[in-house]
Amino acid sequence: MLKQIEGSQGIAEAVALCRPQVVCAYPITPQTHIVEGVGVMVKTGALTNCEFINVESEFAAMSVAIGASAAGARAYTATASQGLLFMAEAVYNAAGLGLPIVMTVGNRAIGAPINIWNDHSDSMALKDAGWIQLYAETNQEAADLHILAFRIAEELSCPVMVCVDGFILTHAFERIDVPTQEQVDMFLPPFDPVQMLDVDNPYSIGAMVGPEAFTEVRYLGHQKQVDALEVIPRLTAEFQQVFGRAAGGLVRPYRVEGAETVIVALGSVNGTIKDVVDAERDAGNSIGCVTIGAFRPFPLMELGDLLAGAKRVICVEKSLAPGLGGMVASNVRMAMRGTATPVYTVIAGLGGRPITRASLTTVFRAAAIGGLDDVTFLDLNRDAIAGQIARASRHRHSGPIAENLLKALNPGLVRRVSQEGAKP
Amino acid sequence: MTDDALQRVKFYQTGTQTVGNRLMDADSRTVQASTDRSNAITSGHRACQGCGEALGARYALDAAMRAAGGQLVAVNATGCLEVFTTPYPETSWQIPWLHSVFGNAPAVATGVAAGMRMRGKTDVRVVAQGGDGGTTDIGFGCLSGMFERNDDVLYICYDNEAYMNTGVQRSSATPPAARTATTPAVGDAPGNVFGTGKNMPRIAMAHNIPYVATASVADLHDLEAKVTRAMGIGGARYIHVFVPCPLGWGSASHDTIRIARLAVECGLFPLFEAVHGEVVAVTKIRRQVPVEDYLRPQKRFAHLFREGHEDRMRVEAIQLMADANIRRYGLVDAEDAK
Repeated sequence: MLKQIEGSQGIAEAVALCRPQVVCAYPITPQTHIVEGVGVMVKTGALTNCEFINVESEFAAMSVAIGASAAGARAYTATASQGLLFMAEAVYNAAGLGLPIVMTVGNRAIGAPINIWNDHSDSMALKDAGWIQLYAETNQEAADLHILAFRIAEELSCPVMVCVDGFILTHAFERIDVPTQEQVDMFLPPFDPVQMLDVDNPYSIGAMVGPEAFTEVRYLGHQKQVDALEVIPRLTAEFQQVFGRAAGGLVRPYRVEGAETVIVALGSVNGTIKDVVDAERDAGNSIGCVTIGAFRPFPLMELGDLLAGAKRVICVEKSLAPGLGGMVASNVRMAMRGTATPVYTVIAGLGGRPITRASLTTVFRAAAIGGLDDVTFLDLNRDAIAGQIARASRHRHSGPIAENLLKALNPGLVRRVSQEGAKP
Repeated sequence: MTDDALQRVKFYQTGTQTVGNRLMDADSRTVQASTDRSNAITSGHRACQGCGEALGARYALDAAMRAAGGQLVAVNATGCLEVFTTPYPETSWQIPWLHSVFGNAPAVATGVAAGMRMRGKTDVRVVAQGGDGGTTDIGFGCLSGMFERNDDVLYICYDNEAYMNTGVQRSSATPPAARTATTPAVGDAPGNVFGTGKNMPRIAMAHNIPYVATASVADLHDLEAKVTRAMGIGGARYIHVFVPCPLGWGSASHDTIRIARLAVECGLFPLFEAVHGEVVAVTKIRRQVPVEDYLRPQKRFAHLFREGHEDRMRVEAIQLMADANIRRYGLVDAEDAK
């Protein structure tokens, strides 16, 4: 059924159609509307046989989900940013225990400085927690990925994180085709756990494992991710059969045929990138792009094949590995090992900074003539940085960086406030 | 335990302070006295000799198993109990058991209870358990949340007054003056600081949950009775069990019960029950002893009793704490008071 709804509401309705049995909620912007939406459906009775639990922290949210999943119930929660980091210990634990929990991450920057807007720092920080990570490009896909996520998670007994760009997707009103219950039931059978707390068949879950078997347990966790490289495309194809539209998948190429420059990115920014690709193709420039749909498992082979003909690859990344550069580029280089193709990092959109077609076009053209650094920060305000570096070199006690930058960017405001403050 | 006391007349074994079974009718005997007990934790685990926690957990869980008709799941915080009962493949647990991390046992238990309900397993009950560190420190937030929501979980804290699993470090349940690895018995104020720590049973009561009790391995029959009572109630319940640790306290392993009893009889560890935040029953002190009797057999307090340098001031300060408990809970009847 076609609806013009907020991305978060679309996700909430998709999650509800998956018949979750325990949903834990703790508020953090920008994921709040998702769990609020599920909560309303539980309270009105639109979603039955589901407990909606308001917990006291994200750490508790994931912990309740762990308990529920170990009890054999389908468990779901959502978080973002600081919340994902606050629950990090339990996030790793859920994967180590092999519990097929599904969690939405409404992607948002990590502080300090505190910032509520979108980037991928949060989910990238947890990329190696053992969870499968899917990234949504549109609101339709954000909704659809949750249905796929439960199926993937339960088939592999591995938790799945559905990463949805905060505000850009979670708060955008768009047309979403919300599937019917019959369709979802056809695609997603009831949860049949491989392990469960059962009084008739008691065993210990989560007991200590020493050096004699720990590596093997970890290997099998890795193997699940390797298996997911086969499972995700298969279920993506099955999804298309049942629902009549594509969603998910490991990688999605766009106009890469014969492209000299190929852009690689995750999430909603691919919409903008495709617009740039179209415009540049019209201008006669040889360019295409690839959307990474699953960052874990990382589709090494699939990406390697798609990028084999490129003369240069540019990763547009919404996160930064300080001291290194780009995490996506690091992974992409692994997919291109054995080739001499340069892989550039463009750090873009940190803390919600708009990623414009104009700025992307400039860096893509610069790359085509060999004029791009390995790591480039899109639209970096070099004057502001130079000012702060100069200030810090002049004064040992130069104060907090973030506040200094904001003062320098708003000189008029600072003068006005200090003058008003001087009034008796 | 007043009117509905399990054992209104106590049968003490000759020449001891141990409550006996033999003179009681079969129905009133301890769960452990029955060959039909569940053995939720079997023997062969790796606890130290004289471990109070192993003893307390065995009695508590077998009583809970009997009360739940065998329909019981245990959730465990990280800690001694988790470590000494589990290394694969020698798990001691004969019941379904789940360990996640150190600070989340109450929340995991909430999830298990909800999951069981949603699967229609409404007869399955959930016990969560942890040591004092997992309860009063790192698991405090999750525990408070579980209490506040009145989730259907019995949480049992086995309190040995420090982080024993990691090598005897101070927790917020460590008593004043006690030596731990992080409160060494050196300097002008040796051992743990006075005026710190938290009283978890009273914090639990402040959540107005249906049932809070303290118990001790000194009175295992009482511990079983409280677990049984708690299992007969729905919602969030809390039992705080005093479990001496020979390793961490520097006490003889054969003195675990004796030291636990002295803690009760000096007044430092009052035994009581509370319903919806109100104390409804206390166990009277049968023969009051000075705190010194309790402190002396423990090396963690040895610095208070050095020959020729006895720290009367600090011993007296601890005595004042015991006296305050005796007043607060009415542990000694007026006519019995010395």
